[in-house]
Amino acid sequence: MSYARHILLLLLAFLAVFAETAFDAPRVWLGSHLSLIPPLMVYAALRLDLLAVTTLAVLAGLWLDSFSANPLGASILPLFVIGWILLQRRDLLLRELDYAQLVLGAAASALAPVLTLLLVLSKGLHPDLGWKSLWQLVVLAVTGGVLTPAIFRLLDRLEALFTHPPEVVNPYRPNREMKRGRY
Amino acid sequence: MSKRPQWVAFGAVVLLVLVLMNLPDSVVARTKLAISSLFLPLFGLVGSAHQLAGDGVKAMVPRATLLHDLDTLRQENQTLHLELARAQALEDENRRLRQIVGWQQVSPWQFRPCHIIARDTADWWSTVRVDAGSRDGVRRGLPIVTAEGLVGRLETVGVTASDVVLVGDPKCRVSVIVRETGESGVLTTLSGGVLDHRLADLTHLPRNSLLRPGMTVYTSGMGGVFPAGIPVGTIVDSRSVGYGLYSEARVRLAADTSRLREVLVLLP
Repeated sequence: MSYARHILLLLLAFLAVFAETAFDAPRVWLGSHLSLIPPLMVYAALRLDLLAVTTLAVLAGLWLDSFSANPLGASILPLFVIGWILLQRRDLLLRELDYAQLVLGAAASALAPVLTLLLVLSKGLHPDLGWKSLWQLVVLAVTGGVLTPAIFRLLDRLEALFTHPPEVVNPYRPNREMKRGRY
Repeated sequence: MSKRPQWVAFGAVVLLVLVLMNLPDSVVARTKLAISSLFLPLFGLVGSAHQLAGDGVKAMVPRATLLHDLDTLRQENQTLHLELARAQALEDENRRLRQIVGWQQVSPWQFRPCHIIARDTADWWSTVRVDAGSRDGVRRGLPIVTAEGLVGRLETVGVTASDVVLVGDPKCRVSVIVRETGESGVLTTLSGGVLDHRLADLTHLPRNSLLRPGMTVYTSGMGGVFPAGIPVGTIVDSRSVGYGLYSEARVRLAADTSRLREVLVLLP
């Protein structure tokens, strides 16, 4: 079993967390940061396996929380729950369609902060919430939805660069050739 | 496919989260700084790229502009020299008077400039990370300012980096005073405005408040965290709340915390 796809996914998650925390242009322009982690979780759940979902949730959750005033671990469970549910139902989803990826990405991007917020509130903390929080949720959902099909394409291309192409089986088999005529 | 591994993974993750969320605060702070130190090479790379870009821009500034700027700065320098001499005379006088009355001497604050390297990944907190830590002499609770005004205070201090909780965050309440009327209040959270992220709520104002838009707000020095006299912002509007029992106002913060790049730590 090759782990190239898993490593690629975690590398992209690492860079996504860095970009989220280091570049503040989206906050200035849109009033909210952009998060690539929920779309990556959708990819992990629809294309990869339980190992990818678990490692992505734990590592990306820890990376996100290390830059936040959230309690450590608050981002892990929401990410994992999203990936776990998608993993359970992925055979029923039209996962190759852009539209399905867009809807799942938007739903995951909206659900992740809401679940994280519930965990933060359950710890008795008082985050700064208001009408702007609703706007930020809309921005996260829309951008997450738009970015999810793009992430699927990007990772598919990167995967093609780093992994062996699938073996092409030639339907023509010389040993089964029917020879006609005189011999 | 068997569902057992999925349930095992689910249980393991829930257990891990429960353990992590119940760790002591000191352990959490150190763990967070340790985990985020993995990103230091990338932050260094971005910092170098910024510096290179800045150097490139500087190299392209025309000579005439530089000479004009130099002339302006010389004039400004002369004015500031005069102001400094006047301020030093006043400070000497203040020190002598304090000695006569027997008041405690106030030592001047030092500045330690630092860069903002990261912002909070959750929109409901207003915190940033700066590249100054205990090895630079900073410690928890020190005020953070810019030339425009108050920015926040140091919350968690690591060896090379520290977390700053910004003005407007629920964890950073500031005791302030309105210069024109002398009324004092507490600056609490941001007003939640989508269009203007610099508005913060000023509460605990007296019932018959005389506030008018444009009045200036400074730190009062009460509470012992922030020294008195740091500009905080200007009054935007005020209203009577609680059936006229008390007043609240909105303050436009002097420092735009969403666009900060460099800040100053005030060292006592």
